[in-house]
Parts: sequence; C-alpha cells; structure tokens
Amino acid sequence: MTATINETPPVDLTPLATKVARKATSPIGRLFVWTLAALWTVPTMGLLISSFRPEDQIKTTGWWTWFTNPSVTLENYSGVLDNKVGGLPFSDFFWNTVRIAIPAAIIPISIAAFAAYAFSWMKFKGRDLLFVMVVGLMVVPLQMCLIPLLQFFGGDFFPDQLEGVTTIWIAHAIFGMPLAIFLLKNFIGSLPSEVIEAARVDGASHMTIFMKIVLPLSVPALASLAIFQFLWVWNDLLVAKVFGGGAENQPMTYAMVDMVGNKGNEWQLLTAGAFVTMIVPLIVFLSLQRYFVRGLLAGSVKG
Amino acid sequence: MNQGGGHMIEILKTLMIVGAGLLGFVTILGALYWLASQLKEPWRERARVAVFVGPAMLLLAGLVIPALFNFRFSFYDRREDWYGFGNYVDIFTKEDNLIVMRNTLWWGVLVTLSSTVIGVIIARFADRMRGEPIAKALIFLPTAISLVGAGVIWNFVYSPKKYGLLNSMWQLLPGEQETQFWLQDNTFFGFESSFIPGLNTFFIMVVIIWIQAGFATVVISAALKGVPDDLVEAAKIDGATDRQAFYKVVLPYIKGTIITVATTTTIAVLKIFDIIQTMGKGGSFDTSTIANEMYEQGFPQDNKGLGAAWAVLLFLLVVPIVFVNARNQKAMREGR
Repeated sequence: MTATINETPPVDLTPLATKVARKATSPIGRLFVWTLAALWTVPTMGLLISSFRPEDQIKTTGWWTWFTNPSVTLENYSGVLDNKVGGLPFSDFFWNTVRIAIPAAIIPISIAAFAAYAFSWMKFKGRDLLFVMVVGLMVVPLQMCLIPLLQFFGGDFFPDQLEGVTTIWIAHAIFGMPLAIFLLKNFIGSLPSEVIEAARVDGASHMTIFMKIVLPLSVPALASLAIFQFLWVWNDLLVAKVFGGGAENQPMTYAMVDMVGNKGNEWQLLTAGAFVTMIVPLIVFLSLQRYFVRGLLAGSVKG
Repeated sequence: MNQGGGHMIEILKTLMIVGAGLLGFVTILGALYWLASQLKEPWRERARVAVFVGPAMLLLAGLVIPALFNFRFSFYDRREDWYGFGNYVDIFTKEDNLIVMRNTLWWGVLVTLSSTVIGVIIARFADRMRGEPIAKALIFLPTAISLVGAGVIWNFVYSPKKYGLLNSMWQLLPGEQETQFWLQDNTFFGFESSFIPGLNTFFIMVVIIWIQAGFATVVISAALKGVPDDLVEAAKIDGATDRQAFYKVVLPYIKGTIITVATTTTIAVLKIFDIIQTMGKGGSFDTSTIANEMYEQGFPQDNKGLGAAWAVLLFLLVVPIVFVNARNQKAMREGR
C-alpha cells in the first residue's frame, strides 16, 4: 500500500467550541442513550409485531419468536374492526373518534382566537384583570366540573337533541378554553404593533384586522394549538366516558377499555385494536413533529 | 366495507355541519359587530369588545359555575342529604380512601422524580450525539399515544402467560420460578404495609415514566441547546471537567426548565385516570388514585358527594404546584 504514504494526515478544522462539546458525549453516555432508546421501543414493537401474527401463534408463543419463525397476517385487523363492543363494530368507534376529535379541536380554538385578539388589541376597562382571571382558571382541574356539568347537560335548560357527541364537543371546548386563550394571546399580543396600528389608521375595523391580518399571521400558533388539542381529544377517555352517554357516541378509547375488561386474553384483537387507536396520533407525530414539539414547548417552557 | 362508506358520509356530514357552524359563527359575530358599530360611544366600543370576548366568556362560565357547584356537592352524601365535612372526614379516615391517598402521594413523588432525572440524563448524553434526533424521537414517541393504548401495550408486557415479556424473562432466572401475576400483586415483595403501595402500582408507574420521560427529554434538551457554548468553555478553561461543568454551569442555567418539567409532570400524574382504568381494572387490587377514585365514586358508584370531595382535594393539591410553576416562569422571563 504505497498510496497511503503520500496522503497527508487529515487536518483538524473543527472549531474549538464543537471539539469541547463533542468531548461531552462519552462512549458510555452514547451507549446509555441508545440502550434506553431501544428499551423504550421494545414494548411498542412487541405490540406491533404481535398484531400481524396469527391468533394461534400469539396465544402460544412470545412475539420475539417471530424473528425465527416469521408469519404475517392481516386477519387480526379485519377481526378487530368487526369485533362488537356494546353491540357495535369497533370500526364504528374509530369513526366516532374522528367525529369527536376534529370539531373538538376547531371549535375552542376559533372562539379563543377572537378573545385573544380582544385581550391584545382592544382597549377596555378591566382588560388585564379579566385576562389574569382567565389564566387563573387553568388551575381548575376538569374533574371539578364533571358532576355538575353532566347534571346541567341532562337537565331542563339544555336541549335534549344536543346530547351525545355535541356535549362532548362543548365539554372539550370548555376545558380547553383557558390554555387556548392564554397561548393565543401570547402569540397575537406579540405581533408587531406597527402593522395593527397602520391598519387602524387606514380605517380598518377590528373585525377586518382580525380576519385579514391577525388570523393569517397566526397560522403557526393556530396550527400548533390545533394539533395539540386534536391529539388530546383523540386520546381522551374521561370526558367522552362521562358526557358521551351510550356506546353509539363513544370513541375508540372507550371500546379498548371495554375489550381489556371483557376480552383481556384475546390478544389478536387487543394488539390490532390498540394499533388502530395509535395510528393517527403516530402519523401526526411523525409528519408534524415540529408543530407537536412547538405546542408542547409553548405550553411548558414559555408558560 | 360498506359500513366504511356509510361512515365516510357521516363524517363528511359532521365536517360540513362544523364548517357551516364555523361560517355561521363568524357571520353572526360579524353581524353583531356591525350592530355594535351602529351604537353611540361609549357603548360602541364596549359592545364590540363584548362581541369578541362574549363567546369565550360563555364557555368559561361553563367552567366556573360547575366548579362552584362542585364545592357545594362535596358537602352532601350519597342520598344527597347534608353531610357537612363528612366526605372529607371519610377520605382521611377510611382505610380504602387512605390507600388511594398513599398511592397518589407515591405516584406524585416517584414518577415525577424518575421522569425528570431520566430526561436530564438522556438530554445531556444525547446532546450533539450522532443520531440524536432519532434516539430522542424513539424516546419521545410514547408521548403521542393514548394512555389507553399505552396500557394495552404494557398489559401485554406484564401478561402472566408465556407470551408476557416480563414473565418470560423472569422464568430465565436460575431455578424454578413461579408464574407472576404482576398487576394483581398488591404486596411489596410479599410485604404488606399501609405506607408502601403494592408491586402492581409500581409496575403501572413504569408506564407513566415511560411516557413522561420523553416529554422531559424533549423540553430539557431544547433548554440545553440554549446554554451558551462560551459559558461551558470558560469553565473548562478554568480547569473544570465535563462533569463539573455540567453540574456547576449547565444545570443551574436550565434550573427553571427543570422546575417547569417537574411541576407539569406532577400535575399530569395527579390526574392519572385512563391508565388505572386500563391496567388496574378501575382501581382494583389497591391501585386507585385520586382522579380515578373521583370518577369511580362520582359515576359508577353514584356517590356524587364523595366524588365531588375527591375533585376538591385534587384541586387543592394542584393549586400550590401551579403557583410554584407560575412563579418559576416569571423568574425565568425576568432572568433572561
């Protein structure tokens, strides 16, 4: 190998800062992180692999034997979609979740956006005090409202036709309101005041400024919040269980808990069913991770 | 799938209703705003504000009024007769309720501590590591799934059957090992104490740590990226080792974020419900916690008074934590 002799030793051009930083990740540290990442993935992987294994194999051998004896079937998925919970096929519950989650994400955010604009750009007496009170309501756990709110929805003042999915929407809108107003006010309030003032000087009304200027500028904040709220509602069990009434209005989480209780060892159904409940959040997470993280950070770091 | 088609129509119908509703909502607000603009000052501006804030206030009334009613309900018993502080006395004296309190306390401390510490460690070692985004995404992934889904995943791991991962590993230990019913073991290694929860509760805690550690990692990792390089460098030039620099410079710098993560996690843990429904069969085998008990008493058991009292207790526990969080956030804003 004569060629190597002529090669100059590689010159280290990395700046000092990166060198110092690179030292910080020791081999043991890296090993630790990857071990944990693997450990964190194993339970989900076991579920996913099992959901594609034939029923007799799931019930007799561990999913890890799949690697030496692989066999794949989609039967579990068609099986679980037709599986009846409370007299209804599981696929009904999937569509119920869609029917609950989309409006329950859109409604509170649209209403909160109007309020956030008023708290930011309209002048009125007691504005700051009112806003502090709204923010203060974030302290109230939704559990505080379950019993009285259910009585109200079941009472004479509330139209019977709206019971069911609509009450779930309203409940989610109520419980999501303080955080939505708070986050949107932070964003809308920090838009450059020159833009808003210029529009006002031109004689634009609040309604026009809100619809034509503020909303388009707020798309990133609205999107983060919408994704956050959508996933929250999609994964919710408690609110739907309390307000949804019968099985015909219930989401997948309800059907899963029912199956765990009544068919706890039918893993061909449980594994596939659990994965069906997870698929939409996983897609949202993987494709919109940036927004997802931004929503989380807004909710915690910036406060 | 004929049913699927039927559902698609149903969904489209719902979406159209929601779209029309939104359009109607905006139109009505627009009309009201126009009406408000016809008024004379000072009523004109006040009415305009009412149009913008009104709908939100209506929904918030749906939060405040029920919460006040809930306080009242907590003083009534199962038959809706006046019971004074009876429900609260029961919570602090009856054995079943004390178990719920004990569990919740352990949940709050152990899960918060573990997930925050794991988050700090992963964030530290993964920082600027090759493949950092992938490792972090894998650890973060459980955050996206529902607690019910997570419960099913871990029920499978803990299954006493031979396809249960944990049980199979247990069988690998030398000697003849008995099949373990992990989620039904309400003793602590065979040891029964009124102060320590059963092993099953700890196994359920693992699931929430599995979820919350991902949240902690992502938030703390973002804060780590904000630590100025020259700060760390300066410490190292002064002769600090990696570890010293981390403990003396980096950790104090991100202290605010760590407090945020810890408080947010504590609140999430206090409200734990879905996982007890999925893994503890709604609180059987001594696994219940406050939020789960609130639901069980308020609805299936139909003891509204006691359920309401549990909700008040949850509220009282959450208030100081939110207060700490708020003060911390303020300090962070002023510190930067």
